[in-house]
Amino acid sequence: MSITPSATALAEAEDLADGDAPGLRRRTRRRKLGGNMSKQYPMWFYIPAAVLFLVLFLVPTIASFYFSLTRWSLFDIQFIGFANYVQFFKEPALVQGFTNTFIFGFVTSALKVVLGLLVALVLTGRIIGRTFLRAVIFFPVLVSTIGVGITFKVLMDPFDGVINETLALIGIQGPAWLTDPTLALYSVALVDVWRGVGLATLIFIAGIVGIPQEYFEAAKVDGASAWNSFWHIMLPLLRPATVTVIILSLIGGLRSFDLIWAMTRGGPGFSSDVIASVIFKQYQAGFFGLSSAGNVILFLVVTAIIVPIFWALNRKQVEQ
Amino acid sequence: MTIRSPRRAALALVAGGGVVALALAGCSAGGGGDEGADESVTLTLLADNSESTLLPTQALVDAFMADNPDITIEVETRPQGAEGDNVVKTRLSTGEMTDIFQYNSGSLLMALNPDSTVLNIADEDFVGNLSDTFISAVSTDNGVYGVPMGTAMGGGVLYNIGIYEELGLEVPTTWDEFIANSEAATEAGYTGVIQSYADTWTSQLFVLGDFFNVLSADPDWATEYTAGNRKYVDDPALAGFSHLQEVYDAGILNRDFASATYDDGVRMVATGEGAHYPMLTFAIPPMVENYPESAEGVGFFAMPGDGAANGLTAWTPSGLYGSSTTEHPEAVKRFFEFVASPAACDAQTDAVGAAGPYLVEGCTIPDDVPRAVADMLPYFETEGGSLPALEFLSPIKGPALEQITVEVGSGIRSAEDGAALYDDDVVKQAQQLGLEGWGPTDLPWSH
Repeated sequence: MSITPSATALAEAEDLADGDAPGLRRRTRRRKLGGNMSKQYPMWFYIPAAVLFLVLFLVPTIASFYFSLTRWSLFDIQFIGFANYVQFFKEPALVQGFTNTFIFGFVTSALKVVLGLLVALVLTGRIIGRTFLRAVIFFPVLVSTIGVGITFKVLMDPFDGVINETLALIGIQGPAWLTDPTLALYSVALVDVWRGVGLATLIFIAGIVGIPQEYFEAAKVDGASAWNSFWHIMLPLLRPATVTVIILSLIGGLRSFDLIWAMTRGGPGFSSDVIASVIFKQYQAGFFGLSSAGNVILFLVVTAIIVPIFWALNRKQVEQ
Repeated sequence: MTIRSPRRAALALVAGGGVVALALAGCSAGGGGDEGADESVTLTLLADNSESTLLPTQALVDAFMADNPDITIEVETRPQGAEGDNVVKTRLSTGEMTDIFQYNSGSLLMALNPDSTVLNIADEDFVGNLSDTFISAVSTDNGVYGVPMGTAMGGGVLYNIGIYEELGLEVPTTWDEFIANSEAATEAGYTGVIQSYADTWTSQLFVLGDFFNVLSADPDWATEYTAGNRKYVDDPALAGFSHLQEVYDAGILNRDFASATYDDGVRMVATGEGAHYPMLTFAIPPMVENYPESAEGVGFFAMPGDGAANGLTAWTPSGLYGSSTTEHPEAVKRFFEFVASPAACDAQTDAVGAAGPYLVEGCTIPDDVPRAVADMLPYFETEGGSLPALEFLSPIKGPALEQITVEVGSGIRSAEDGAALYDDDVVKQAQQLGLEGWGPTDLPWSH
């Protein structure tokens, strides 16, 4: 199991080093693999990794598939086929959980891209205290999520919270951030953006710094405006950074749980539930078979989203 | 790790076997109750980390150890609520449970599968000291499993006496009177009804506390409910959900009902910011501790219903249980014998005061109890004045009730929708327990 991927990766690395198109060398690679690899690494060399993989990943995965087909109370276990899956799809919070998961993932991802890029532009410009400001924007990334959640829960209190008290000073009646069912999810999303935008900024800064200055100088000579050189030079050349930010924040958003749990526990009612919190509640209630089924479904959904994106990106890379 | 833990387990087994053998030897030689008296034993006890549990637990343990120097009991804590439930379930199912643990009586205990995980004390003499109500809440067909910790409780309404006197209000016995009083308080500038949905469990009181009224209207409701023949969407059980919606619609709630916590709720009723706070009476001793004026300033009445009957929905206290894997069953039983005695009641009263009647024969409560406790006692003393809450008559309680009641109580969902959703929610619990008449225990493709 663990032999094939590493061998393929090695062969691919060779391909890259040789600068050949991958397709052309497939034949020779296969033959090389059979001959060289087995001589270089004797069987016992793989055993420790294989045992770890088997015990820590393969066995639990198969076990959770099995448990998802049972009614399991930790004390006794009964095989019930796919009844848990039927039940899970009947779960009232599930449809809302799915919708909320996607809203949360896309809202946070989009905001992180836009805000991260804007902040990165500022922080690569000639401003005073640039290094200090870069550290400041990155700081929330380093803080514990639960700590952030609890802090903002206090700040966002509708009556005694600092945010609404500040708004009241300028005559605005602030909303009930976390207790208004239509707002709660977006409030948490905003906090997630605050917490995660530092990472996006960092990636964008690296991307911007990596663009050769000659392009901008040439554009200037040709009389391009600041907007033009941003739109036609910087943005296209930042594509790899943008893709990285989108993928990272989308995956992070789709599997988000800790911040939501710390701030609203999916409430009020079920209005900020995401898939992960729906599953967690089944576990809390002692429906271990049902929550295993939920996890299998979550696994399939995340795979269904990530695999096509991965595939598309890899193809783009090859084309380039 | 992988090398050490089996060895440790083996050691424990050897040690445990030794102690059991010693205890047995003591039995055969002395044949009395003081076996192993020269052998000191250390027991562990797992309790939830709330103040209202830890203080009386520690008081019991201290009083017991003072008289039994050969037994040491160490108290460990666990989280409350669903997280704590999972700690208990996990430790029981892996055989890692402490010798003694504190846990709810009634339906939550039944979910622990006590016949195989909990030490059976049915044959012990001290069980005779316990009230029948409590025994039925900690028993299955095969055994009796726990001794009571704390006092019986009631679900109803804490009310501020100062506001009642100022406005000349009478204690309500029907729902309409209750709403009228709440509206009068609201008009006078107080909060009519306090709700605290930041602690979601507090939102369930209108539904759970209404159960006396449900049973009065339909005495078979609980049995029929367990069999799947009664639903919350139908009267009389729907009333609890309707009342919850009504207090929201009437605009008599505190403005921060969605973000207020349980502590806020207690503060508001104790200091006279609000007139009514629906709550269980276990809240009384800590309230009096934090707001001494509430000892005389806060009263209590049972949840008023739509019908003529008026009485209290009663909760039995949580119990102390021995794990079936304990290595010192005799020492555990000696502790339980103490807990089921009047001396144990007095130790708890000294530590936290009495919140209601004890369920152990011979126990008394002092005369100077807080006003709210004194208001509750007559319900227990009158024939037919109190009936057990649903969780002591049926093993079914849906896990999402508190989210649903928050929705109904915040105007997100109507009472009928909420009740219907809860009826769906309990199906999962009934199936998990393997009850008859609740659908697919057979495979879904077979029908």
